[in-house]
Amino acid sequence: MLYREAGQFKTHYAADSAILPIRQDRIAMAALLVVAFVAVPLLASPYLFSAILIPCLILALAALGLNLLTGFAGQLSLGAAAFMAVGAFASYNFVLRVPGIPLLAAFACGGLMAAAVGIVFGLPSLRIRGFYLAVATLAAQFFIIWCLTKFGWFTNYSSSGVITAQKLVILGYTFDTPRAKYLLVLGIVAVMALAAKNMTRGNVGRQWMAVRDMDVAAEVIGIRPMRAKLLAFAVSSFYCGVAGALYAYAYLGTVEPEAYSLDLSLRILFMIIIGGVGTILGAFLGSAFIVILPIVLNMLVGFLDNTLHLNVASSVASNLELMVFGGLIIFFLIVEPHGLARLWQIAKEKLRLWPFPH
Amino acid sequence: MSFFFEVLIGGLLSGVMYSLVALGFVLIYKASGVFNFAQGSMVFFAALTFVGILEHGVNFWLALPATLAVMVVLGLAIERVVLRPLVNQPQITLFMATIGLSFFLEGLAQMLWGANVRGLDLGLQDEPLQAIADATGINVSKFDLVAAGIAALLVSSLALFFSHTRIGRALRAVADDHQAALAVGIPLQQIWAIVWGVAGFVALVTGLLWGARNGVQFALTFVALKALPVLILGGFESVPGAIVGGLIVGASEKLAEVYLGPYVGGGIEGWFPYVLALAFLLIRPEGLFGEKIIRRV
Repeated sequence: MLYREAGQFKTHYAADSAILPIRQDRIAMAALLVVAFVAVPLLASPYLFSAILIPCLILALAALGLNLLTGFAGQLSLGAAAFMAVGAFASYNFVLRVPGIPLLAAFACGGLMAAAVGIVFGLPSLRIRGFYLAVATLAAQFFIIWCLTKFGWFTNYSSSGVITAQKLVILGYTFDTPRAKYLLVLGIVAVMALAAKNMTRGNVGRQWMAVRDMDVAAEVIGIRPMRAKLLAFAVSSFYCGVAGALYAYAYLGTVEPEAYSLDLSLRILFMIIIGGVGTILGAFLGSAFIVILPIVLNMLVGFLDNTLHLNVASSVASNLELMVFGGLIIFFLIVEPHGLARLWQIAKEKLRLWPFPH
Repeated sequence: MSFFFEVLIGGLLSGVMYSLVALGFVLIYKASGVFNFAQGSMVFFAALTFVGILEHGVNFWLALPATLAVMVVLGLAIERVVLRPLVNQPQITLFMATIGLSFFLEGLAQMLWGANVRGLDLGLQDEPLQAIADATGINVSKFDLVAAGIAALLVSSLALFFSHTRIGRALRAVADDHQAALAVGIPLQQIWAIVWGVAGFVALVTGLLWGARNGVQFALTFVALKALPVLILGGFESVPGAIVGGLIVGASEKLAEVYLGPYVGGGIEGWFPYVLALAFLLIRPEGLFGEKIIRRV
C-alpha cells in the first residue's frame, strides 16, 4: 500500500538512471542518513560507538572492497586483511615521514599504496582462476605480514612491532572522542559506498560483471580482461587499504601486523557471503552480522550463566561461541545462500504487494 | 655436501607429511568439487579425540578403532548435515560452509577434550638412524622415515582401493562427471558419504603423525595452510600431484630456509611455498597434474 511506485512517472532520462528510482526508497535513504548522521551521534553511548558502530562501518568498507573484487569481478581473494595492513602501515609512514601531510591525504596515499600492491598480487589472476587464485592470494596474506614484521623500517624500528597511531587531526580539529571518530568514519564510508555504487552501475562495473560471468565471452565482445581484472584488484585494494588505515587510526589506536591476520581476511569474506555476493548493501548487512554476532553470543552466555548459575568456565564459553558462530554460518548458507541482501529484496517485493496476496 | 643432502632428505620426509594433508583435500575435491577448508580442523579433531580417549585409560589398540569410528561418523554427519542441503550451490558457498565447519569443529574438539597442549607417543623416537648415519654421514630421523612409510602405505592402499574395487571405480566415475555417473546408476549420495568417511580416516592418520611430531595442540589446524600450496602445485584433482607437490614443497621450503633465509632475516618458511607455487602457476595454470581446462564460449 505504502511502498508502491504507481503514479511516479519518469519524464527525463536522468530520472531513469537514478540510484533510487522509487520515491519511497529515496525518503527511506534520507531518513537512514539523518538517523546515522544526527540521531545516532546524539543518542548512542561511547561503548556502542567503539565496540559496534565503528568496527561495523570500517569492516563494511573492507567488505565493500572485497565485494567489488569477488562479487563483481569474480576473483576470489583470501588476502583482504593484508591489503588493509598495507593501507594502515603506508598511512602511518606517510604521516610520519612526510611533514605536514593532511591526514585524509595520508589515508588516500595509503589506499593508493595498497592499490599498487594489489595490482602486483592481482597479476596471477590473468593466468589462473577459481580456487587456484584464492590460494595464490594467500601468498599476499603471508608475504605482506611477514614483510611488515620483518623489516623494521615499516614499524619505525619499534621494538615490540606495535606502534601507536598518530592523533586523528584534520584541519586543526582533533577526533579523539568515540563520537567524533564515528562521524569521521561514517563520512568516509558513505562517500566511498556511493562511489562504489556508481562504479558498479557504470561502464567499469559492467566490464567486471562480464568478466566474472565469462571472461572468454567478455574478451570477444571487446572488453580487455587484463585491464578489467587489474582495475578490480586496484580498486578493491584501495578500499581495503583505506579501511585498514581507519581500522588502525579510528578503532584500534595502534598499528600492528598481528591485527591483520588471515582470520580477519576470512571474516571479511564471511561478511560478503553472509551479506550477499555482488551487492553493496550486502557488505553492510554482513559486516553488522559478523561484528554483532560474537558480542550477542557473549552476552547470551553471560546471561545464561548469571540466571541459571551454570558456572560455565570461560574456556567452555569461548568454545561454545566458536561452535555457535560456525554453526550459524552454515545455517545461514543453507537457508539463504544468496545472503541477507536477498532477504531484503524479497521483503521489498512482498511490501509492494501488501496487503494483497498478488 | 652431506649437509645439503641432510636438509634435502629432511625436507622430503616432512613433505610426505604435507602430502598426507593434501590427500584429504584431493579426495573430497575430486569426488564432490568441495574445497574442504575444514580438513585441518578434522586433523586436529582426530588427534585430540585420540589423545582424549587414551587419557581415559583406554588401550592404544582399542582407542585407534574408536577414534576411527568417531572420524567416520563425523565425516558422514558432515556430508549429511552440511553438504547435502547445499548441493548445486556455487563452489564459493560450499567453501565458506567448510570454513564455518572448521570453526565448529575447533570449538567442539576443545570443548570435549580441553585446550591444553598434549604429547602423543606412538613409540617412535625422533632420533637419527644410526645405521644410515654410520654409512653415509647423513642424519635421517627414524620418526620421519616411519611416517613416510605409513604415508606411502596409505597412498598405495588408497590407489588400490580406487583402481581395483567396485566402490573405487564408482568414485572415479563420480569424479569424472556427476551427471553421467548418476545416469549409469551410481548412487551419488552414498558415494559422497563414503568419500567423507575416507577423508575422516585420512585425517586420523595425519592427525596421529603430526600430533606425535609437534604435540597435539591448536596449531595442528594450521597444517591445512601448509597443504594449500601443495594442492595448487600438484593440481586439485590429482592424487599423484598431492604426493609430488608435497615432496617439492617440503624439500624447497627447507632448502630455502637454510640457504636463502639468512639473507632476508629468516622465517620465510611461512610464505615461501606459496610464492613458489605462485611462480609455478604462472607457467602451468592448472598445476603439475591437474586437468587441462579448455574454455569455450
